[in-house]
Order: sequence, then C-alpha cells, then structure tokens
Amino acid sequence: MGNVIGIGAAPKRKEDQRFLTGRGNYVSDIKRPGMTSGVFVRSPHGHAVLRGIDKSAALASPGVIAVLTGDDVKADSLGSLPCGWGITDAKGTPMKEPPFPMLAQGKVRFVGDMVAFVIAETPEQANAGAELLKIDYEVLPSVVGVLEAVRPGAPQLFDDVPDNICCNWELGDKAAVEAAFRKAAHVAKLSLVNNRLIGNPMEPRAAIAEYEPGTDRFTLWTTSQFPHVVRFLMGALVLNIPQHKLRVVAPDVGGGFGVKQFHYGEEAVITWAAKRVKRPVKWVASRSEGYVSDRHGRDHVTEAELALDENGKFLAFRVNTLANMGGYLSTFGPNIPTNLYGPLLSGVYTTPAIYCNVKVVFTNTVPVDAYRGAGRPEATFVLERIVDVAASEMGIDRVEIRRRNMIPKEAYPYQTPVLVQYDSGDPMGCLDGALVAADVKGFGARKAASARKGRFRGLGYSTYVEACGLAPSRFAGRLGARGGLYESATVRVHPTGQVTVMIGTHNHGQGHETTFAQIVSDKLGVAFENVDIVFGDTDRVQFGMGTYGSRSLVVGGAALSKATDKVIAKGKKIASHLLEAAEADIHFESGKFSVAGTDRMKTFEEIAGAAYVPHNYPLEVLEPGLEEQAYYDPVNFTYPGGCHIAEVEVDPETGTVTLVNYTAVDDVGTVINPMIVEGQLHGGIVQGVGQALFENAVYDEGSGQLLSGSLMDYCMPRADHLPMMKVATHSTLCTHTPMGVKGCGEVGTIGSPAAVINAVVDALSHLGVTHVDMPATPNRIWRLLQNASLPVAAE
Amino acid sequence: MQISFTLNGRPTTVDVEPATLVAELLREQLNLTGTHIGCDTSQCGACVVHLDGLPVKSCTLLAPALDGATLLTIEGLQGAPGSNQMHPMQEAFREHHGLQCGFCTPGMLMTAVALATEKPDLTEADVRHGLEGNICRCTGYQNIVVSVMAGAAAMNAAKGE
Repeated sequence: MGNVIGIGAAPKRKEDQRFLTGRGNYVSDIKRPGMTSGVFVRSPHGHAVLRGIDKSAALASPGVIAVLTGDDVKADSLGSLPCGWGITDAKGTPMKEPPFPMLAQGKVRFVGDMVAFVIAETPEQANAGAELLKIDYEVLPSVVGVLEAVRPGAPQLFDDVPDNICCNWELGDKAAVEAAFRKAAHVAKLSLVNNRLIGNPMEPRAAIAEYEPGTDRFTLWTTSQFPHVVRFLMGALVLNIPQHKLRVVAPDVGGGFGVKQFHYGEEAVITWAAKRVKRPVKWVASRSEGYVSDRHGRDHVTEAELALDENGKFLAFRVNTLANMGGYLSTFGPNIPTNLYGPLLSGVYTTPAIYCNVKVVFTNTVPVDAYRGAGRPEATFVLERIVDVAASEMGIDRVEIRRRNMIPKEAYPYQTPVLVQYDSGDPMGCLDGALVAADVKGFGARKAASARKGRFRGLGYSTYVEACGLAPSRFAGRLGARGGLYESATVRVHPTGQVTVMIGTHNHGQGHETTFAQIVSDKLGVAFENVDIVFGDTDRVQFGMGTYGSRSLVVGGAALSKATDKVIAKGKKIASHLLEAAEADIHFESGKFSVAGTDRMKTFEEIAGAAYVPHNYPLEVLEPGLEEQAYYDPVNFTYPGGCHIAEVEVDPETGTVTLVNYTAVDDVGTVINPMIVEGQLHGGIVQGVGQALFENAVYDEGSGQLLSGSLMDYCMPRADHLPMMKVATHSTLCTHTPMGVKGCGEVGTIGSPAAVINAVVDALSHLGVTHVDMPATPNRIWRLLQNASLPVAAE
Repeated sequence: MQISFTLNGRPTTVDVEPATLVAELLREQLNLTGTHIGCDTSQCGACVVHLDGLPVKSCTLLAPALDGATLLTIEGLQGAPGSNQMHPMQEAFREHHGLQCGFCTPGMLMTAVALATEKPDLTEADVRHGLEGNICRCTGYQNIVVSVMAGAAAMNAAKGE
C-alpha cells in the first residue's frame, strides 16, 4: 500500500520513468501499418501571386502517391482555418478576417506558406517528388515590419484590407487620460520594440492521420496542447467531419509554450489526405521548417507616455502599439496584442486613467500568435520600463517610485481602469522579500568590485502582475472569444478503489500527472500511486479546452476538485445506507466514511466495492457505480505576480551582457507541488531572459526572407548563459478558485524581460543610456557604447 | 550494405542504405525511439548517444561508421548490469526534477554520463560548459545542472564501492 501524498508535498514525478528511459511516446515515434510519408512544399517567397502548379513530373517520380494543392482544397469545398477570436474597433466594427486556406490559393503571403503536399512511400521519395514540382510564382514586394506595413504605398496583402490594418483596437478612457496629462508635473516618454520570438519547443511539430473506411472514422495524432479544440475546429469548421467520427490524440508532447496551441493547416491537410490516399500519412517537421511555420510571438512597436504628479504618483498612462499579425489570422492571433495586453497595463499600480490603442497589422511574415505569456510580457515590459524612465528623469529611486504607486495589500479586490478586477495580491510583500533575497544592500560593493575589473554592473526590478487561468467564458465572450474556456474532469473510481482521472488539459512538461494525482490523493485519501491521470485523447477524455494561459491547475484543477467533491457526496449516500445513518451524519476524512460521534465507518475502498457490487445498495434512489464528472468555468481570471530582480555585468570591451544574479519572489497562490512550481518558474524566467538577451526573429524587408531561420542564427539560452537563480513564493490565496491556486506557468516569462533590460540600462546609465531594445546582444551594446560619451570607469 | 556493431551490449547486424544517419537507423529501422531528433543543424543534442564510450550526435553520423563499433543509446543506459535499476544519472534527474517535457532528456543524460565519466570532480562551471551542445527549452537548465552534479557524485560513490 502506498501513501497519501497531498497538497503541498513534493513527490517525484510520475511521468519521469518513461522519459528517463527513452520510452516516451511522442508523435514522431508512432508508426502505423502501411504508413506513407508526406512533405509540405512551402513558399520560398514572402509575397507572390501563385500562377500555376505543374504536378506531372512530381507525380511521375518513384514512390510518389499523390500531390495535393490549393485547387484540390477548393474542389473539395473545404473550409478556411478558423480564427477563434473576433475583435472589434471602438465603434464595434469587426476586424478584417481574410480567409486562411490550408494550402495557398491565388497568392502566398509569407515564406513558409503551404503550397502543396506531396505523399510518397518514404520521406526521401516525398522530398524527391517535391523537388520536381513546378510552381510558377509572380514575386511581389514583401512588407515585414509593422511601421512599414501601415505606410502609404506599402505592399497590400489583401485587396480588402486597406493599409494592412486588421483592426484598430482601443481600450480605456481616452478623454480622462488626456485631461490627466494636461495636469501632469512630468511626462515620461518611451519608444520601444518588443522583439519577435520563435517558441522552439524541443520537439518539432508532427502529425499522423489514418482513415478507416469500414467505420468512416478518422484518427489524427498531433503535437497539440488542445486535442479537443483541434477536433472541433478542424472537424466542424474545416474538413466537415462529424465530431463522433474524428479522434484526435496528442500523446507525449515535447514542450509547447503556445506554439502547439493552434489548429495548424498541416493537421487538416494530413487528415484530409489520409482519406484520399486510403493509407496513414505521417509528417514530421524539421527544425528549419518549424522556424518558417510554427506561429511566432510578440513583435510590437510601441510609443508610451506616463503622466506623473510632482511626487511621482502616476496620473495616467497612454500606450500606442502596432502589433504584427503576420500573413493570416492564427487561432488566437488578434486576441493576444489586445485583450491579453491592454488589460495588463495597470500592473500593480493605482494609475487612475489608462488608454491603449493597438493597430493589429498584417505583414508578409509567419502568423503571430500566443507564445508563453502572450500579451502580458509585452504589457509588463512597456510598463516596467517606463516606470524606470520616469524614476530616472524625476530623480526618484526606482524602488521608491514603485512603492508610492503600488496597490496596497488591503486594497484588494482592486478594480483597475482597464476591465480587470484583481481579487488578491501583495506586491509590496513580494518586493520586500525580493529585496532581501537579492541582497540589494550589498549591490554597491558588488558594483565596485565589477568596476575594478573594468565592468559595468546594473540592477533591474520588475514588479508585475498578470492575468491567467483562461478564462471566464462570459467575460471572454464579451471580448470576442468564439468558444468557451471552461475545463472538464472525470474521476473514475474503480471497484478496488483505485482512481483514473480523465481531464481535458494537456501535459507537455508541466507535471500534471503528478500534481493532479496529489489533488485526488489529498481529497479522497487514496494512495498517490493508485491515481492515474489520462489526457490528450478525444476518445478517452470527455472534453476539454487544453493547456495554455496558465489554466491547467486553475481551471482544470478546479474541475477535478469539483468532480472529487461529487465522488465524496455520492460516497456519503452509499455509506449512509450501509451504516444505517442519516446522510447528514456521515463524515468523510482521510479515506474513511464514518458516522459522526461513533466508531462506525467504511473505507473508501469498501464504498467503491459496494458501488460496483450493489447487493446491499439503495438501488431505488441511487445508481450503481462511482464515477463523477465536473465542468468548471471560472468566475474571474487569476492574478499571479511578484517581484523579479536581475543583476547583470556588462563588458564594455565586447558589449557582452552577463546575467550574474537573478531573484524572483512570486505570488502564485496555493502551491500544490513546490518542486514542480520551482521548475516552472526557472523555465519561465529563462525564456524571458532569452527574449531580453539572445533571441530575435529577423526578417529581410523587401524579400520577406527569415534571416534567423535555424538554431545557428536564432540564439537560444544555453546552460552556460545562466547563473543559479533564486526563486521563492510569497503567496496570497486566490479568492475564487476552489484551492486558492493562481497558476505559475507564465509568470517567469512575464516578469523577467523588464527586470533584465532595466538592469542593463542601469549598468549603462552613467553613460547617458536611457533605453536598450531587446535582445541586448553584444553587437547592440557595443554599438551603443561607441555612440555614447566615452566610457569612463564606472564608479 | 551490411554493418555489424554492438548495440546496448548485444551484437547487431543490419542492412542499411549507406546514406542513413545513425539517428534514423535507430528510430526507423531498429525502433529505438528514445534517441530524439530536435534539429537539423547538430545544435540541440537530443540525439546524443555513446559511440565507443564517447558522446556523439547521432544525427550527424552515417550508419556505416558503426561497423565494428560499440553503441550505447538511452535504452541501454542502466545501473549495475542485470540489476534492472536505473543509472545513477537517471535517478539524479528524477530526484532533482531535471526534466519537464522529456524530449531533450535522453540526449542530456547521455551527455551528462559522458561528462561525469571524463571528469569525476565536475564543477558547476564544467557542467554548464559541458552542456553547451544540449538545448533544453523547459527547465532553464538549473535543475539539470543540479542533477548532473548529483548524478556525477553518485557515479563516483558507486565506483568507490
């Protein structure tokens, strides 16, 4: 018999055994009888008219079975790839929503846009066939940057989208903001770029589809964070496959970070192709292919202004952003730089008036969508950077200006001027904790020591909050969501008392198999080892919206908690019958149903047995069996946050920035498994550090070529880029989730870019540097230093 | 062509196309899918295996190079032979939460075992430098570094017994 391992414990992960021994089951590991191989032929041009495709040579190539193009898609009357959010401008005019065909029709709009799919007996034969495809392109000028895309005379991606503007989105009280700016003692201004990123989960995307003519059923195995959503979007809206005839399986998935939370055209093409060729079809992306087809993230150009009174109190905040959508609208695309950005601009501060305008812009680049943090890192970066700029200009200490404007703990729940109401938080507590943990008092001595080596040392703060646990469906619906954002869980108690949980979230590194088992073990008093978590298969799991937006524990965990409550409630009814006591007198604790005030009791296992062998059972009023299901729709977002402090050293000889210390004190609500939470914080922080120091997706204006199209050109953080980080939690409990949890998957990525860049600017402030765009590469810093006043030795 | 080599302790003979990469041979022909392919520029290290005791990226090695050699993959990594236990490095990764999605893990483990074998008294800086050829996107490396240090210490202790 194993032990109960409950909430707050740190058992080792259940999922580790298979990964440590090379026995994971990723999509690319799967083989099906009679399987064929497919390759996508992608546009080499950023923008071109597709004049014609000659398939004949490709079809004659050895082993080639079929070649599919946009014309075949049209002939089969298949749908366009749907966008899950429909935003509007201030007047209520819907966004421009041009069709996104799964294989290009008439035009290609980014390098990597899919033009054809070649199916052959082997991958080599498919590649050889693809080489022989004759595609006639009329190349057009590309536009890749948002500033360029909205200029008069810019290349137009769509005939009916003037100036390439998808939507001119607004939030906040513009008049109140203008009035506040007129009264301001000081106005801080900042222009910045939020650099374009490529998520790069280590497992490249892959898919296999199979069609069974005998049952008219399709199965798609795909590297997805949300198989049920793929089933709905692809089945109902693209391929017209009835939901009950389509099974979508997302088995072990090697990292997601948002990149795998969209319905991709590849999935639809492969599923459609499997029926056409009547054999299973497999496709595995190469890393290079991922660079030009995985949805990208971020890519904003922003002008921000912060109005302050003479004491440094924030009066109003105004933000104008151009956000890149790429060539088409991806699943969540327009939602990210709008609904997940504007409402975060209040941060942890009491700024009374905020206005935000976002122009959502099409360009000849890969579609842009959610990447870890999604909108919230961008908002945090603007806000936390301009707070530093204001502090510096007004001669107020950076910590002090934050304190003067922070929402005090006792002011929660706090209604911001930008839609959201924070339920709980203690930003000051996180700040105080981080100041101690980071040994800020000792910074002066460390800076002096660096100066003796000829290095500039800087310290940077980011005090931030985010909104996650996506999402209250009613609220999301008002903002333009076309689906719900609840979650579901089934708790199946077996006759022997062991438990299988079917849950609609997806585990791709977050440790759900462990964390969710702890919740069940804790609540039902069953041994941790006697609980298994099933996810990622639409035939096994009832329904689900998947994993993204730090929602799995917040929304999925809440559904699980509710379902276990229902199991306990039914167990009490059974126990009341068996123990011949009133139901109200049955007490459940530590796996035992007992009659209050007596020593009469039944174990959880006995109740489970009675439920499945109902000889002595109230069959007139109660069904046999012990299996309960719950759906949970949150009433609010959750608001994790905290304080991050970065410490960097800059070598003026080379421009190299070295992150030397990093401290994070985060409020993630109740912690179920501290080991897993710490791991999530580490990983999140390093992705944010990657954005701040290393990563940058660069396109060539005019040709639309992606210049950073491999791991050789796009710098990912490596082990020797990083110091040992100090992470800790300072939790206040969420007031509206069943367990008080807030979510922890994205906080690291949201808090860290601003902390790192604020540290870099601090290190260089004696040279008159007031802002550094990301990533702060040696090249960028060295150039900045050449242009700055002659470097004098740091103090 | 036909090649013969020792694979995870067993003599193995296979027919391969000469242009086959070792990673492809393992995954497609021998059904050893623990060796992963995460990139196409030999950068990510998910495919690291041991060739005659040394770590190599199997996505960059042609199958004919295996002829007469000894190859160890993640599936062959274990504790004391015949013990049915995990290798101390695998245990250390589990103990210190040195993995999340698991995709980079086989390559990380193979690199880590080679590092610890080559230099028993690894420092943190040695480990960070030694893992330069292995990319992890999930963990921020911190717990991997801790795991490798602990695994190396356990390997040393086992050697001393």
